[in-house]
Amino acid sequence: MVPIAYYLVLAAILFCIGIAAFLIKRNVITIFMSIELMLNAVNLTFVAFAHMWHQVSGQIFVFFVMVVAAAEAAVGLAIIIALFRTRQTLNVDSVNLMKN
Amino acid sequence: MNPNLLWLIPTLPFAGFLLNGTLGRKLPRAAVSAIALLFTAAPAVIVAYLWAFMKSAGAPLALSVTSRPWIAISGFQVNFAFTVDHLTLIMLGVVTGVGFLIHLYSAGYMAHEDGYWRFFAYLNLFMFFMLVLVLSSSFLLLFVGWEGVGLASYLLIGFYFTKDSAANAGKKAFIVNRIGDFGFLLAMFLLIAHFGTLDFNGVFSQISATPLTGGFLTAIALLLVVGAAGKSAQIPLYIWLPDAMEGPTPVSALIHAATMVTAGIYMVARCHTLFDRSPYALGVVACIGAATALMAACIGVVQHDIKRVLAYSTISQLGYMFMACGVGAYEAGIFHLMTHAFFKALLFLSAGSVIHALSGEQDMRVMGGLRKRIPITFWAMTAGVFAIAGIPPFSGFFSKDEILYQTFLWDNPLHILLWAVGLFTAFLTSFYMFRLWFKTFFGAERFDEHHLGDGHSHGVHESPAIMTVPLMILAILSIIGGWVGVPLAFGGHNVFEHFLGPVFHAETHVAGHMILRNAEPVLAAVSIATAALGFFAAYVFYYKKPGTAGVLAQRFKPVYSLVEHKFWVDEIYGLLIVQPLLMLSRLFLGGIVDAGLVQGTSSGLAGGTRGLGSIVRRMQSGNIRSYAGWLALGAAAVIAIALFTH
Repeated sequence: MVPIAYYLVLAAILFCIGIAAFLIKRNVITIFMSIELMLNAVNLTFVAFAHMWHQVSGQIFVFFVMVVAAAEAAVGLAIIIALFRTRQTLNVDSVNLMKN
Repeated sequence: MNPNLLWLIPTLPFAGFLLNGTLGRKLPRAAVSAIALLFTAAPAVIVAYLWAFMKSAGAPLALSVTSRPWIAISGFQVNFAFTVDHLTLIMLGVVTGVGFLIHLYSAGYMAHEDGYWRFFAYLNLFMFFMLVLVLSSSFLLLFVGWEGVGLASYLLIGFYFTKDSAANAGKKAFIVNRIGDFGFLLAMFLLIAHFGTLDFNGVFSQISATPLTGGFLTAIALLLVVGAAGKSAQIPLYIWLPDAMEGPTPVSALIHAATMVTAGIYMVARCHTLFDRSPYALGVVACIGAATALMAACIGVVQHDIKRVLAYSTISQLGYMFMACGVGAYEAGIFHLMTHAFFKALLFLSAGSVIHALSGEQDMRVMGGLRKRIPITFWAMTAGVFAIAGIPPFSGFFSKDEILYQTFLWDNPLHILLWAVGLFTAFLTSFYMFRLWFKTFFGAERFDEHHLGDGHSHGVHESPAIMTVPLMILAILSIIGGWVGVPLAFGGHNVFEHFLGPVFHAETHVAGHMILRNAEPVLAAVSIATAALGFFAAYVFYYKKPGTAGVLAQRFKPVYSLVEHKFWVDEIYGLLIVQPLLMLSRLFLGGIVDAGLVQGTSSGLAGGTRGLGSIVRRMQSGNIRSYAGWLALGAAAVIAIALFTH
């Protein structure tokens, strides 16, 4: 049986990649994807712990997260499309109309 | 009767204060004065009822009412508690009776003034605190009233607060009184330390139960004297009272003649058990009183402002009362307090009526010949002048003579000296009062009738009835007020002394009374002769040969100028106390403590905050990714702390 630590390390690595990508990348779609990556890293820990404790509640949490992520993706992608239509760019640094 | 009625006596004027103080601005003048008069008359009625009850056969000697504890800390407790005994009854009668008459007079006197509602609200506030003061049965509640009347006095002296001199006079009165109050406070601390209570009964029963005497009793008594000297304008704290004349005249009559300034005498009489145990403190009281009486009378002789003459005469008469308390003749002191309240209120109100007639003129040098123009005021003033000068059978004669007689009997080597001082003061009193009388009402009219006041003269006119009726009542009281204390030697029964007997236990020199009873007519004859001498001196100087006084003043120029400048006391105090304090404040407290410490701290704090802000401001760049970075860093920091701190 795979020890819990392996899952957790993997999840941590995925989460850090997500953070790094979120901080570094300028393309809004990539940022969006990195958020999804972080969510899935968390999902992984949930599932791992659920498996370890033989509890089903962790898996139910994962389903909730997936539902919210799906909804978020729908809304987020709609926003991105609207953004691209008005500004012809996906670079977040140039979307600064509200600043100052 | 129900003792809870006592609560009503002070709370009624307080209700009047609240009503006039909150709604008065919007009410018509008639309503304002009606409220003030109603809430002053009601306590007077209760006091009359109380008086009848206490005089009835089988009534207790003292009536008390107590609240639940006001302050209760381990082993020390103070209640709101009122007690009425015969001493309190007299004070209550004076305060509510004279107070009501002065309220009535004020309704006429202040009719044309701005701030009518404010004036009556303050007057009612004063009545409230004064009644608390005389009713209280503990030092602490007495102190509450004591401070309260000081506040009311401050507010009323500074009533014309747009005038600099009035505002300053108010401040002076308040600050000088604070010095006295400091002594009072220290006395209370000593009382708590030694007796564990501030209740009159508790303290005095402990004092009389044990044969203890000693330094601390003298210390407490002397500290109380400091307080009394502040409130009752005695040396060295008398300087505020002459300046207090900046207030409206009814205020001078009520607060600075009849009631508040007698609080010190009342307090000494109330604490007679304590003072009787400390002959030294009593001696100090007597000497202070005599010195004040003489000094103030000297200054009074050369004043030109009609109200200032009366102010100095008040200080001088208060000195008499102090002297009476000092020689252990508390009854005589309280007797003089009562008659003085009548005739001095009368004199002030008459002076107010004169000032009113002359549209605000107060200088006696430009008065004269008013006898025919304002006859009611003239006759009222005459009663007052005769009373204070000590001409029998006016009231002042009996009380003043009693004081002089008791001083003569005092069991102390100084008694002849103090008696002589008192007698000389009586001569001066008679002289300056008749001087005022002649200068104001006799001789040629020295005023210009069409240019009185600030050019809006209404001509010389008698005051309206609302002012003259109180004058007449007070004049009658000034004439007959002394008849309750006619001594045995003149075929009287000295009802007053017997009335107060239960309070003071008649423990003061009973032996002396028996031995020297025959001396009383002789001494009385001497003081009548003195008063008559004062009258004739004034008659010659200010009526027969008006120039004589000026010639004498020229010949004795150094003396005259010393007295005219009030012995330079204000200047000496200014040089010795006020200026050094101001220097200390400006240079040390203002320069180093305020500018350096206080401002330095605050501006340093402000600068530090601004500096920190300018650093932290950079975090708020508006760049989403930097926010996210801070967020991630923060989360990492939290995890790191959670991991490594246990």
